[in-house]
Amino acid sequence: MPDLVEARELSYGEAVNAALHRLMAELPETLVYGEDVGVPGGVFGVTRGLRKRHGDRVFDTPISESAILGSAVGAAMMGRRPIVEIMWADFSLVALDQIVNQAANVRYVSGGRLSAPMTIRTQQGNAPGACAQHSQCLEALFLHVPGLRVVMPSTPQDAYDLLVTAVHCDDPVLVVENRTLYSGPKERVRVGGPVLPLGGARIRRAGWDVTIVTWGAITQRVLEAAEALAREGIEAEVLETPWLNPFDTEAVVESARRTRRLVVVHEANVTGGFGAEVVARVAGAGVPLLAPPVRIGTPDVRMPAAQVLARALVPDSARITAEVRALVRH
Amino acid sequence: MSERRLADLLTMWRIRAFEEKVRDLRAEGPIVGSVHLCVGQEAIPAGACDVLEPQDALFATYRGHGWALARGVPAEPLFAELMGRATGVNGGRGGSAYFTAAEYGFHGENSIVGAGAPIACGAALAGRFDGSNRAAVTVFGDGAMNQGAVHEAMNFAAAFALPVLFICENNRYSELTPIRDMVRAPRLADRAAAYGMPGHRIDGNDAEAVRFHVRDALEVAREGGGPTLLECMTERLVGHYIGDAETYRQPGELDRIGRREPIVRLREGLLADGVPASAVDAVEGAARAEMERAATSALAAPPADPATAREHLYA
Repeated sequence: MPDLVEARELSYGEAVNAALHRLMAELPETLVYGEDVGVPGGVFGVTRGLRKRHGDRVFDTPISESAILGSAVGAAMMGRRPIVEIMWADFSLVALDQIVNQAANVRYVSGGRLSAPMTIRTQQGNAPGACAQHSQCLEALFLHVPGLRVVMPSTPQDAYDLLVTAVHCDDPVLVVENRTLYSGPKERVRVGGPVLPLGGARIRRAGWDVTIVTWGAITQRVLEAAEALAREGIEAEVLETPWLNPFDTEAVVESARRTRRLVVVHEANVTGGFGAEVVARVAGAGVPLLAPPVRIGTPDVRMPAAQVLARALVPDSARITAEVRALVRH
Repeated sequence: MSERRLADLLTMWRIRAFEEKVRDLRAEGPIVGSVHLCVGQEAIPAGACDVLEPQDALFATYRGHGWALARGVPAEPLFAELMGRATGVNGGRGGSAYFTAAEYGFHGENSIVGAGAPIACGAALAGRFDGSNRAAVTVFGDGAMNQGAVHEAMNFAAAFALPVLFICENNRYSELTPIRDMVRAPRLADRAAAYGMPGHRIDGNDAEAVRFHVRDALEVAREGGGPTLLECMTERLVGHYIGDAETYRQPGELDRIGRREPIVRLREGLLADGVPASAVDAVEGAARAEMERAATSALAAPPADPATAREHLYA
């Protein structure tokens, strides 16, 4: 049974852990597995204690992403609700077949007679000292795939709530976490609440001069930029869209109609990023903007390991502040 | 004894007649696109499906029409699927390479080489928690033995002693290329030892041999003994796909393999055992008549409704 509704002080990683404990208790068909998630409790400690409490439903696997993801598809088809971990989003690339060709097709091709209610937890993004193969932001790849749901929580509360929603969803859902958030500040997290529906956006800061749409760990840098801009008299509305599929186009269009300026910020590199889709949807809705929309992301280069080099690429609050200021002062 | 062999013959003739009808319909127009026939390989599904239980999960490949039929999926919705009809087994969404009929324990063909192997591991894993005593069977060709996903699946199944049966239909060609040129060690069943599971190379043109080994492997699997690899030696009497020029064949090859193909062999065996020719040949007639009827009904069915093309993407 789910925990009673209560507020607990949890970090992002602890919130994920609390959600997993709840899900395993309330949904006996759940399984949690992946590389090092069982006995070791995960390389980031996020799955700690699960095996102890839930036994064989939590287990370690070989370093075999195709087997992890493919077996999740098969187990889900047969009525289980696997929650599998891909330690780094970069590692999903060795097993894309099982996500794109297999999981995403099950419901559609069977005409709804089979489904694949599986959740893939992963984490992505740059962090100090990470290399080119442990830094990529790959959400756009998965957003191009009909049949998958994609969500990127950035707060402890969303880390809890959206994982609960994802696991209750009867479709394959990719939950993209971020390791720089796991050990972040603790917040009061309401646990044990109702399962929320998929979708929705969050106005993290209200404003009227410009709409900044963002998701993932960079949301925090956007909020810092918005505070800096406020000190200059620019009031930015920060709209976080943790759900990328389904995407709350309406909320974005509504905000852009009010502010008449649009910026999209993501950590992923710009070309082919989901920011392009957001801009296209706002344009398609006929929102009359006062200035051309701006996409802020990592430039289209590989990711260097040296911190001093990576910092020159990944957008920080100073760069976001400068670009938004330039747009508003246009 | 001869009754079971006659039943095998019927299963094989149903598959053969289905495939030959598909070939004709592909030539005449109602079926379009890529089609991979299993003519010559019928003994493997005939023998294996005979000993599967209803709760077992079966994952085949794009050369899987015979597996669907042997598992009990009726011919008419299969023909209809090939012709894009609303009454198709997937309502026209799957096509030749993606038949799916879970209600018959047929969890689908797959048009990605080797992709069914990890999925079968998951179906077996599910059985560990749902009390079904399910075994999972994944079928693939010799070419799939060189796919990474198959290696991962074999190790995964072996490490966790999952009840999975890996059936490799070795028809000697990985699509258009001889498998012997793509491996250093041509006995593919030998690879099983590397994963710590039994592996057997068997006569895949003998349904009785297939049945014996599949039954044995499933028994071991259900008792917690883990997976088995069966390399079933066979030959396809047709191209990799309809339209394949088969330039890779040796002179006289088709004549040679035609003499040892499973239907010819079983027919000769039955006659030698004294089964009357009329009884043996009636099997072919019944199978062909069934397939004619099924194809005719499927042809008369309405096409899939374009208004439904966006349905069933999400729950």
